[in-house]
Amino acid sequence: MTTVEERLLPSAEPVQLIDEHGARHDNPQYGMPAADALVDGYAQLVVGRRINDQAGALVRQGRLAVYPSSHGQEACQVAATMVLREQDWLFPTYRDTVSIISRGVDPIETLTLLRGDWHSGYDPHERNVAPQSTPLATQLVHAVGVAHAARLKGEDTVVMALCGDGATSEGDFHEALNFAAVFKAPVVFFIQNNEYAISVPLARQTVAPSLAHKGIGYGVPGERADGNDLAGLLAVLGQAVDKARAGEGPQLVEAHTYRVQAHTNADDASRYRDDEEVTPWLERDPIKRLDAYLTEQGLLEEAHRAEATAAADKIAADLRDGLMQDVSPDPAELFQHLYAVQTPQLKEQAAFLQDEIAREEA
Amino acid sequence: MTHQKLTMAQALNHALRDAMRADDTVLMFGEDVGALGGVFRITDGLTAEFGEDRCFDTPLAESGIVGMAVGLAMNGMRPVVEMQFDAFGYPAFEQVVSHVAKMRNRTRGKVTLPMVIRMPYAGGIGGVEHHCDSSESYYAHTPGLTVVAPATVADAYTLLRKAIEFPDPVIFMEPKKLYWAKEEVDLTTEQPGIGKAVVRREGRDATLIAYGPSVPIALEAADAAAAEGRQLQVVDLRSIVPFDDEKVCAAVRSTGRAVVVAEASGFASVSSEIVARVTERCFHSLAAPIRRVTGFDIPYPPPKLERHQLPGVDRILDAVDDLQWEDS
Repeated sequence: MTTVEERLLPSAEPVQLIDEHGARHDNPQYGMPAADALVDGYAQLVVGRRINDQAGALVRQGRLAVYPSSHGQEACQVAATMVLREQDWLFPTYRDTVSIISRGVDPIETLTLLRGDWHSGYDPHERNVAPQSTPLATQLVHAVGVAHAARLKGEDTVVMALCGDGATSEGDFHEALNFAAVFKAPVVFFIQNNEYAISVPLARQTVAPSLAHKGIGYGVPGERADGNDLAGLLAVLGQAVDKARAGEGPQLVEAHTYRVQAHTNADDASRYRDDEEVTPWLERDPIKRLDAYLTEQGLLEEAHRAEATAAADKIAADLRDGLMQDVSPDPAELFQHLYAVQTPQLKEQAAFLQDEIAREEA
Repeated sequence: MTHQKLTMAQALNHALRDAMRADDTVLMFGEDVGALGGVFRITDGLTAEFGEDRCFDTPLAESGIVGMAVGLAMNGMRPVVEMQFDAFGYPAFEQVVSHVAKMRNRTRGKVTLPMVIRMPYAGGIGGVEHHCDSSESYYAHTPGLTVVAPATVADAYTLLRKAIEFPDPVIFMEPKKLYWAKEEVDLTTEQPGIGKAVVRREGRDATLIAYGPSVPIALEAADAAAAEGRQLQVVDLRSIVPFDDEKVCAAVRSTGRAVVVAEASGFASVSSEIVARVTERCFHSLAAPIRRVTGFDIPYPPPKLERHQLPGVDRILDAVDDLQWEDS
């Protein structure tokens, strides 16, 4: 018989299967993921890192309006989608560009929002990826609805709902966990705790022992993992997804990671934290440790590295090419998508704007 | 389609029942809508007929209710949710404004949300604070929403059926003081749809423009005016968004005078919008400035004082008297 606490509270320490030096740590509850998953994951991390860095460069060149980077958090980004099946859903936030692309969404379509062309650029139904949520935690209740609909239809869909540490202070975080638990909705709530909500550190969000501890209040099992250890994340998230799919209800997973860059290019992190705080986190880099571990195990060869680098080079070139092209969003579209049938008032306003533009151009 | 005497509450119940029979993806949920059948009994018997999966109670959290409906609609369902009272809908405001209203636009029509948010609204029932708000202006001001308010038993049925079939989200404002109003009706969807106003009473002298709970008052005022020899036309908007400019303007042009009657506070409201847009379109047909009879710009009063807030026949007739008759 397990106690309520054993069932619902997270491990005493974040689950870590590979430490920052690349050393293996066995865990009785979580086995090491298969070698080919780790090698594939390695390549995805390298690609994800390049997406982050290329997007940052494109902001500086004025090709993107803004980019909230997940630099340093790529293990979370990649693990979140690696554990999903085709029928599953991903609910990303604005910082989860890498996750969306690793789910198979076209990179240029993914960056439509941050490029400033439209509020979202991909078809959410194509890969079951919800539009990126800019308000915090509001997408989590949508995730519950999608999961509940799937259950009603008899589908074995699981929904991966992403949020950050700041979002756990919002009311919708609470409501989402509670609703999911009451309706036994197959949702994995995955918190990327990167220690900062823009400038505000975690200590001002909560005094809970961890964010994973928040699950017990809703009867939702919580678990925590080292957010820079792809192996640990795959094991913990994989188990959470399996449980949700098996009908055990929602699961809460917290990844301990760190936002090594500023909130966005428009933010100045030096106003609220010292470099000394950041430096140790650079040592805990998710790519470096996986590289060390796989190399040590003889699983990663130069060919793998070259392949990953080539894939990263390709996506960087695709991003540059795609985003260097000038796109002029059509102002007529501003009125086209509000309703299935355009209202007479919107028709009038669209005609007014069209006329105004025609006069400007004349 | 049968001819029967029903209250508005019963007609709404029939509409939900018929919609759920017609389409398995229609779900009804909210607070106390299951075994109890809703605090106003609008969902009476639905759980018994359709089961817990189709009509169910949720945790007491309005943002969660509306947010969950968004997700259900994203994944093939047609959710209908109940906000127990107008003012209890405010915790869901972010979901309504940031997602319900914007999802279709955000995704360029790739994700649509066929969902209905039902809301008993407005006063006149002696309700305590937070139970009598007229909150329609907040929703009407939000692009992407469709806002409907029935005023008759027949329309309650028709408009709710049409709202549930509508491809986009509808805010369905139910005038709670009319829940017990009885009418002989045919339950039919063969009536004007969402976006169409109707003339409830013909009259050549002036036009009263009303919606929801103010329509019966406007009709009463028209009866009283007729006794004094003045023929007032009454227009029932039915749909606040989309607004039926064509019908409303045609009505006002036919009389040259108009009074807007609405229970909500007047400042920055649906009533002020109506005056502005009708004036813009019908200025040269107007014999007098359009007048408004609205609630004062105060929080809804306690029960013992609420009669002072509600538009009444005398205030409407006084406003009509002020329409510069001496000049014509």
